[in-house]
Amino acid sequence: MANFLRSVWVIAYRELLRFVQDRPRVISSFGMPLVFLVTFGAGFGRLIGQMMPGVDYIQFMYPGILAMPILMTSVMSGVSIVWDREFGFLKEVLVSPLNRSGVLVGKAIGAGTIAIIQGTIMLTLAPILNVPVGPETVLALIPLLLILSFSLSALGLLIGARMRSQQGFQLLMQLVIFPMLFLSGIFFPVSGVSRWLEVLSKLNPVTYGIDAIRQVFLGSAVAGVTVFGHTMGVVDSALVVVMAGVVLLAAAIWAFNKQE
Amino acid sequence: MDVIEANNLVKRFGELEAVGGVSFSVKEGEIFGFLGPNGAGKTTVINILCTLLRPTAGQAKVNGYDVIKECNKVRQSIGLIFQESTLDDYLTAEQNLRFHGYAYGIPGNVLEPRLKELLEMVELWDRRKGKITTYSGGMKRRLEIARGLLHCPRVLFLDEPTLGLDPQTRRLIWDYIHDLMKRENLTIFMTTHYMEEAENCDRVAIIDHGQIAVMDTLEALKDSVGGDVISFRTENNEKAMRVVKEQYKLNPSIGDGVIKFTVPRGEEFLPGFVSGFPLQLLSVGLARPTLEDVFLRVTGRSIREQQADPLDAMKQMVRRRGRHR
Repeated sequence: MANFLRSVWVIAYRELLRFVQDRPRVISSFGMPLVFLVTFGAGFGRLIGQMMPGVDYIQFMYPGILAMPILMTSVMSGVSIVWDREFGFLKEVLVSPLNRSGVLVGKAIGAGTIAIIQGTIMLTLAPILNVPVGPETVLALIPLLLILSFSLSALGLLIGARMRSQQGFQLLMQLVIFPMLFLSGIFFPVSGVSRWLEVLSKLNPVTYGIDAIRQVFLGSAVAGVTVFGHTMGVVDSALVVVMAGVVLLAAAIWAFNKQE
Repeated sequence: MDVIEANNLVKRFGELEAVGGVSFSVKEGEIFGFLGPNGAGKTTVINILCTLLRPTAGQAKVNGYDVIKECNKVRQSIGLIFQESTLDDYLTAEQNLRFHGYAYGIPGNVLEPRLKELLEMVELWDRRKGKITTYSGGMKRRLEIARGLLHCPRVLFLDEPTLGLDPQTRRLIWDYIHDLMKRENLTIFMTTHYMEEAENCDRVAIIDHGQIAVMDTLEALKDSVGGDVISFRTENNEKAMRVVKEQYKLNPSIGDGVIKFTVPRGEEFLPGFVSGFPLQLLSVGLARPTLEDVFLRVTGRSIREQQADPLDAMKQMVRRRGRHR
């Protein structure tokens, strides 16, 4: 157990160190969400007007935009295990007495910590966009960002555990990250669209994370996900994200340990 | 005391047998080397000993711990320097070493002085805040040696420790290693395909096609060649081979276009040979046997020829892939 905990913190510590040292990565993780915010906001904002009483399109989109750098960074931090393998560093980890499950949990926790930092930076946009932010919003946001990033880095780890080279990266972006982004209710509500689109969105764990974050900002009136007739509240959605994360992480640990 | 004991190790990757039943032991304080061409199975053996690969059959113990059942104890007690760099390029030298220290659970009050001592030894203390991306190949290797020693391992594994380094750096690295052997109570297990590098070993095992062809001390191996080595070239090497066999009743071998044979007291033999040889001689040489000669005698081929063999290169590629599995 002591070894497990040590493994978790050593790896999480390294993830943070790397994040801080890798400035282009920090900047680029904010670039895309901002581009979306400006172009979609300016483009669709006028066209769509109010999404619901008192909520215009930019306000509707903002919670998702806040979560976007977290989504990208978390999946990538999981998948970065492929980089470590290719550049040899993974060997240093594998021949050390570090516990392997602890290594993966440490990666996910490191990603979670980075997520909080990114979320805080994105939060500074809220007043500019007329999105109400109070201390209680921030308090509720922290655990939500943590679990969302934890689950997504678990997904990244599962992909990375079996991937041998970086060549699959482009494919991964196109087939996993972008669909997850667009089918998560960031840009449009998941209900009231084509049936197949709605089903896909509801299978996407990110949808629940985004919906919970949106409710934290704009109140339960904006709750957008209904599963089997039940409208998901913040806690319900958070539980779905946690469950998905646990399953993905368990699968990642299994895949990772199998490689000997 | 035996620090490493390997008993009939076998490793197969699908159809391919990378290591086919290898047994050896390494004594405390010894530099023991595996010499062989690329793809002979050297790295596979190292990976088994350092718990990165499970052997298909056979057992091995390192520092008295079983490499399969007690892998964490093995990991804690060994240091490794791999063929390719395993440093984190985005971090500084110091951060890389600290990470290693935390990973091996070295307490802070031990870690800091040890870190300084080792960085000074490999002459990187002044560059400790530099990122690895700014390091040269030789600096990286030195840093990896320092890192491999940080947790005071009892055995150091060196997989092709000077591969891809220039001769000067290679010599420097070996100076560090010899210096180390004096300071710390270390045993070294290394692999190499450089003959000159194998000269640093106390004992050498020549490995070829996944099997140990011969294993002994350097001196004993060289003596086994039997006297001095005469090497020569002619316009017609095939004919010359026949002449040596039939007229001189010797057993020559050919590699890299040079015919070699061994005779006792070569310096007395040579004058008569040169004046009496029926073919035009292009060059003649006399030398004490080297490991290259041992290799040639044992495997029937020169180590360089074997590396040029495309089939071997292919096998090696398959092995490399398999290694990651």
